[in-house]
Amino acid sequence: MGKLYAVEIVYRGIFQKKLATNISRAIVLAAHLDGKPGISFGRYGDSPERNGIPAKNFAIVATDEQTLQEGMAKYEPKEVDITISVDDTLCKGVESWAWYGLQPINKLTKPGGTLIVTSMEPAEKLIEMAHNRETPYNLAIVKGSRSFSGLWVYKDDHTDVRVLGAIAKVMPELVSLDAMKKTILQEWKDPVKVASAEKSYNRVTKALVQPGQGNPETPYQFELPKWHEMGEGVAIPCIPVGKTVEDPVTHVLGGIRPDRNPTFKKFSTRTMRPVVNFETCIKCTLCWLQCPDTCFDVTPEGLYDANMEACCGCGVCEAVCPVDKCVTMVAETEFADNGSQWETWRKDSTGYLQWLNQKIESRPERSHGFRFKGQYQEQVGEMLQIAQES
Amino acid sequence: MATLAPAVEEKKGGERTALITGSEAIAVACQLADVDVITAYPIRPYDTVMQYIAKLVSNGEMDCEYIVAEGEHSQFEIVKHASAVGARVFCGSSGVGWMYAMEALTVTPALRIPMVCMVGNRALDDPGAFGTEHNDALAVRDLGWMLTWVDSGQEALDSTLIAYRVAEDRRIFLPCAISCDGAFLTHSQSLLQIPSQEQVNEFLPRYNRADLLLHPDNPITVAPQANEDWVMEIRRQNYAAMERTYGVIKEAFADFERIFGRSYGNPFFEEYMTDDADVVLMGMGTLSTPVKVAIRQMRKAGKKVGFVRLRWFRPFAAEELAQCLSRFQAVGVIDRDYSFGSPHSGGVVAGEVRNALYPGAGKKPPVLGFICGLGGREVTIPDVEKITESVYQAAEGKRQPLTQWIGLRE
Repeated sequence: MGKLYAVEIVYRGIFQKKLATNISRAIVLAAHLDGKPGISFGRYGDSPERNGIPAKNFAIVATDEQTLQEGMAKYEPKEVDITISVDDTLCKGVESWAWYGLQPINKLTKPGGTLIVTSMEPAEKLIEMAHNRETPYNLAIVKGSRSFSGLWVYKDDHTDVRVLGAIAKVMPELVSLDAMKKTILQEWKDPVKVASAEKSYNRVTKALVQPGQGNPETPYQFELPKWHEMGEGVAIPCIPVGKTVEDPVTHVLGGIRPDRNPTFKKFSTRTMRPVVNFETCIKCTLCWLQCPDTCFDVTPEGLYDANMEACCGCGVCEAVCPVDKCVTMVAETEFADNGSQWETWRKDSTGYLQWLNQKIESRPERSHGFRFKGQYQEQVGEMLQIAQES
Repeated sequence: MATLAPAVEEKKGGERTALITGSEAIAVACQLADVDVITAYPIRPYDTVMQYIAKLVSNGEMDCEYIVAEGEHSQFEIVKHASAVGARVFCGSSGVGWMYAMEALTVTPALRIPMVCMVGNRALDDPGAFGTEHNDALAVRDLGWMLTWVDSGQEALDSTLIAYRVAEDRRIFLPCAISCDGAFLTHSQSLLQIPSQEQVNEFLPRYNRADLLLHPDNPITVAPQANEDWVMEIRRQNYAAMERTYGVIKEAFADFERIFGRSYGNPFFEEYMTDDADVVLMGMGTLSTPVKVAIRQMRKAGKKVGFVRLRWFRPFAAEELAQCLSRFQAVGVIDRDYSFGSPHSGGVVAGEVRNALYPGAGKKPPVLGFICGLGGREVTIPDVEKITESVYQAAEGKRQPLTQWIGLRE
């Protein structure tokens, strides 16, 4: 009986589909050079043609064909040696299009396995973002900002090869640096990318995450009904309209909080979230009308509170808001919970405004979308700089 | 931007290894077969084939008419006509897309059009799931289509070449659909052997429509209106052509082995660990992977289980299969399809297997049917163990339900 290796690449739909494919494919090609067969595939239940939705690619490698077949006999691996998260906000958990509930980023990582994250954040922050667990695992960081591109374009900022270099470091028995370098040259015909991979190999940082370290929340989950419990004729009940909202200070009831799908929340699609200045809001209703996910709750006084259990972080509200800095998108890494901003503001408006301004000041570059011509060229330059210096 | 070309290694005789999906493998087979006319209309998972072909065409690596139709019905009609005027054609679809083309699918075998197409097996709507189910391709099982199921990217590539060879044989002239399970096959990249152009040219003669060529130099009318005075004789011709496929498929596989050096053994079904088996499982497509792994595990516990993977569903090698199955004490057929209201409410393959066994002179083992893996649900190793348990009970003469649903939430 030979040995089986599995790597998962957790990525964001559309923005990182090509990046994830490049990584899983190169793992298999490099392992092949080392004499190990393998396969590379995307999880079919995902829908990676949707903006930002978490999705997975897998690379499975074995020491022989028969052992590989054992790995292929499962729809997806039940445990992996390496989990790669190519966007640090995915560390908060993954809810795919396939309605599995929210899965911790480290759910499949074997005890003693490694989670590789591309991030500019320190290890402590990433560990806090990920759910805690009973067994230890390693956290390896490939320093870099989020590498997002579009459906038809690929931002070749070396994130793919830098992750590949880190894999060779973390698990040389899966694939050697030598084989990885050869594969990169063969696939991309670019010696600079080989150099980036080697730099990453030499510089990747690693920390041991102890049992119990991390987010203590139990990720939300649900039971699927039995066949005789389900309604017939592929008919499902509608989501009820919703209920009024209670002011946490005056206990006045008013406005409306629409009921939402209890088993598919989608918020792990978010890489940035809106923060709202309730004192400059002119109640124009545009954010509420234009939100594609009906994520705004209407408060008793007619304000609009973006509900973080429903927001996908698309940024439309910010784009349509006519008031300067009333709705502002801020990177998801800056937040630890999904609580109501409006309730916080009602309880302590001064404290809330301080918090708001601090968030707005620290807001980083938008995570996705073209903002100006030449943006990718500029971002690729910045990333290569990071790759050189990190 | 990074290059999109697959990493390749040059092998002797121009053979090469490439890391590609089952869908890409079929696209590469179309390229090697130098297909003339290809029509496309997207539906997952078949769309991956049309995407790869489009890429080959736009990269200048393949020369063909690539027509994106406005729907599946036109998609299949266009290639039907192209084939009638002498073009080698390729087409494909999945699930309800295939069903939308149904009228075109019925006329294609009647006109003796050797169309080759890929069916990316997908559950029929509703609900709009895109996982594997075999009812889409099986819907044409009575119409004169040859139907084959493959279980690996390599077999997808090889079967496409074989399909052209068989379909375009003047003794046959029938369409052939290659069924590929969505996800497991269409979306997984594995390392495949890609044959050389010289090998393919040796294996696959040019399409020659001969006396049936619709051309000004060969003035004929195709498909005139006919009444009951003609229909039975027309059907009898198709019956005869389908009868001839057994021999032509065997010929093609033998020649394939000679030229490409890869052997599939019996073309119609694959036997796995059957030599000393007490009982066997049966099925089509990629469920072979979990079944084989489960069998290896069960054999360690002393259970002598084998597997028979049906490769060709049409033609159905009934006599050979009956002979094969007579060696075992019981048979469990895993259907990734359903046939509501059918005898014993079983799946399609289970019914066909019982049908094949009934008239034979040999021993008739009990045949149990299992409906499993619908809509792309994973066929797990515990599922296979549960199935085997029941088949063993039947082998010991204990009464078992003839149809069981496995892996269902109940």
